[in-house]
Amino acid sequence: MWAYLTRRLAQAIAVVFVMAVIVFFGVNVIGNPVDILINPEFTEAEYQQAIRALGLHLPLHEQFFVFLSNALEGDLGISFVWGEPALKLIAQRLPATLELAGAAMFLSIVLGVPLGMYAGTKPHSWVSKSIVSGSILGFSLPTFWVGIMMIMVFAVMLGILPSTGRGDTVEVFGIEWSFLTWNGLTHLAMPAVNLALTNIALVIRLSRAGTREVMLQDYIKFARAKGLSQRRITLVHVLKNTLIPVVTVLGLELGSLIAFSVVTETVFAWPGMGKLIIESIQVLDRPIVVAYLMLTVLLFVTINFLVDIVYSLLDPRVRVSGAGK
Amino acid sequence: MKRIVTLAAAAALFAGASASAQTVKVGLFSEPSAMDPHYHNLGPNNAFSSNVYESLILQDESQKLTPGLAVSWKPVNDTTWEFKLRKGVKFHDGSDFNADDVIFTFERAPNVANSPSTFGTYLKGKSFKKIDDYTVHAITEKPYPLMPVDLSQVWIISSDVGADVTTAQFNSGKAAIGTGQYKFIEWKPGDTILIERNDGYWGDKAAFERVEVKPIKSNPSRVAALLAGDVDFIDNVPTADIERLKTESDIVLASGISNRVIYLHMDRFRDDSPYITGTNGKNPLFDLRVRKAISKAINREAIVARVMEGVAIPAGQLLPPGFFGTSENLKAEPYDPEGAKKLLAEAGYPDGFGLTIHGPNDRYINDAKIAQAIGQMLTRIGIKMKVETMPKSVFFSSASRGGPNKTPKYSFILVGWGSGTGEASSPLKSLVHSKDAANGFGASNRGRYSNPEADKLIEEALATVDDAKREALLAKATEIAINDLAIIPLHYQVNTWATRKEAGLKYLPRTDERTQFRSLVKQ
Repeated sequence: MWAYLTRRLAQAIAVVFVMAVIVFFGVNVIGNPVDILINPEFTEAEYQQAIRALGLHLPLHEQFFVFLSNALEGDLGISFVWGEPALKLIAQRLPATLELAGAAMFLSIVLGVPLGMYAGTKPHSWVSKSIVSGSILGFSLPTFWVGIMMIMVFAVMLGILPSTGRGDTVEVFGIEWSFLTWNGLTHLAMPAVNLALTNIALVIRLSRAGTREVMLQDYIKFARAKGLSQRRITLVHVLKNTLIPVVTVLGLELGSLIAFSVVTETVFAWPGMGKLIIESIQVLDRPIVVAYLMLTVLLFVTINFLVDIVYSLLDPRVRVSGAGK
Repeated sequence: MKRIVTLAAAAALFAGASASAQTVKVGLFSEPSAMDPHYHNLGPNNAFSSNVYESLILQDESQKLTPGLAVSWKPVNDTTWEFKLRKGVKFHDGSDFNADDVIFTFERAPNVANSPSTFGTYLKGKSFKKIDDYTVHAITEKPYPLMPVDLSQVWIISSDVGADVTTAQFNSGKAAIGTGQYKFIEWKPGDTILIERNDGYWGDKAAFERVEVKPIKSNPSRVAALLAGDVDFIDNVPTADIERLKTESDIVLASGISNRVIYLHMDRFRDDSPYITGTNGKNPLFDLRVRKAISKAINREAIVARVMEGVAIPAGQLLPPGFFGTSENLKAEPYDPEGAKKLLAEAGYPDGFGLTIHGPNDRYINDAKIAQAIGQMLTRIGIKMKVETMPKSVFFSSASRGGPNKTPKYSFILVGWGSGTGEASSPLKSLVHSKDAANGFGASNRGRYSNPEADKLIEEALATVDDAKREALLAKATEIAINDLAIIPLHYQVNTWATRKEAGLKYLPRTDERTQFRSLVKQ
């Protein structure tokens, strides 16, 4: 298993480096940030001053080496727009996004798994059929539209939830969290549900399919024959075996939730990383875009790594075959 | 102080429940990128700085100059302006304002590290001298009439913050000390900005105890937040929602014309223009008759009525009439497709030619739709149009220097120009004057239009300190440029703000498009 993990680590480093090259050069061929950021009443001299202030007067390959050598020291550049280190700006907004992604993930699991398993164990009841057809909506409705509709209904018409923004926060371990206050929770509710919709549908589908498959397995028949209660069969034997594909997919989805919650954050003006990245792309704030994508790569590499470990805990066969090599 | 703390605690307790009369919540389209008033010389930052800081001279809602930290100003000779400073003004930290702060500010402002857009624009080529504690002289080599306007753009900070103060220290609030109506309290980027009334303000005190600013970039969300009552005031009301908001009894709209003209710029320097086809390598845009035909073919009333939902004003020059240096003789070109066809035929293009219009799709109000409308209108007089719009991040670099040898890439573009100074010298200098990098002329002249007669008038105006004479020169230059169709003006943008009636607020629309709380008053 250690040999396997070491090999994965080497692969991961290679992926990160290749991404650094692609991202840096890719981002640098689009437009010129100075044209966006400078006051329109500029003169040529001020334009040149701005180019130098942002370090764009160097040839591209030199810029890359500056970036690379700074990156190795943990400095991913200074934002063109905000004038502060890109990493600091991203870190400032990370808790808000983590909170949102965490809440969405929580909802997907606590709603998706039981509903999916119910639909799997009783495939012919009308409740199951409506759960399954309802999940189609979760897939097919665009997040943007659902978000706006939710704001219209719950904030504008009913007036029971706040429309946008993040509520009051409480500082725990030096980080501000909003899910610990009632006001914060009311602000979190709509964006979390909006972000979770697709994943709830996905989890329903996966656990339903998994349950139906597992129910037919010999070990379930054996458990029945042994006289175990239906409750124990479902909650222990079926659940555990259904979870393997769910964990795989949710692992990857967690990455997407954190990295690409752009639409939800924009609609609900949620002060997270997604909003930062989309606004940075619009004004060509290259250091932020590069830093963000590099972090995203790291995030996905790490999650995949962890998913592999969780696999081996859930499924002894992975452990055994890993050890055999 | 104790009262403020109690109020702050109360506000924190009831935040979200209801906006107290003293706290105004604002949904803002663009968030400033720093709390350092000299870091980024651009609209959103300058708008926000105006709450916490003041300049020597302020601009009122229609960009007229009014006394700020200076009570009076006048030229004492051809190259020297004298500013008499206001006495008894205190900074938020209690220290006194005097000439040292002015000199300190003017030294620091052009030299901020990593600044993507410098305040050197307003300060370069000028030297400043303290005469006594409340008198400052500004000296230039040549006569310079724009001195008061330029200095109205620079926010005065306290010299106590020290010469090595950083942008980060402003962002954290440590150095964010001004003389303005509001004191800076806290900034959580992307989330909130809090400011509080400055009770020691020298002039009319701020109307509100606290202002809480929430950046909400998404248009529908910003409108929804207002409708839901989560915010009391929003800016940049999208034109598509204006009709709907008018029917809401608890919403008050405030619209006002801006200093921004939306216009077409044409290739005036290449014989074989890259996006013109079917002319055997000739550039028809050199011909005044063709330019006139294009202008006549555009139905400005229709664009305003249909594309802009009535919220714009057809344009006939570089700035709306009434601004300093505009001409009374110029009117928006009336729609005349027959006349346009005749002119095209006279110019030798009875069957038109191929032309592509390029424009941004996320910069001006409804920009992509305007480009499409222009495309259709010009197709009607026989010009075979293609319309290409793209994000501003790609468009402006290409439009300014995307071609060979950093020349403009396109042949025919849709752009806009807002006059920061509130006078016609701004567009004349940047759009109409021949490109002259050494002297700072024609920086945004993307058509490379060049007319020695206009150049001469513009240069003369910029060296004439006498206001009446300068105004006449600018008007003359505007007439020459527009009659020669250096650019084709389309319309002046109108901006709309909205407030909730129950909050008892009213916004006084500003021509500089800024959202600043000095202009937000109690009804």
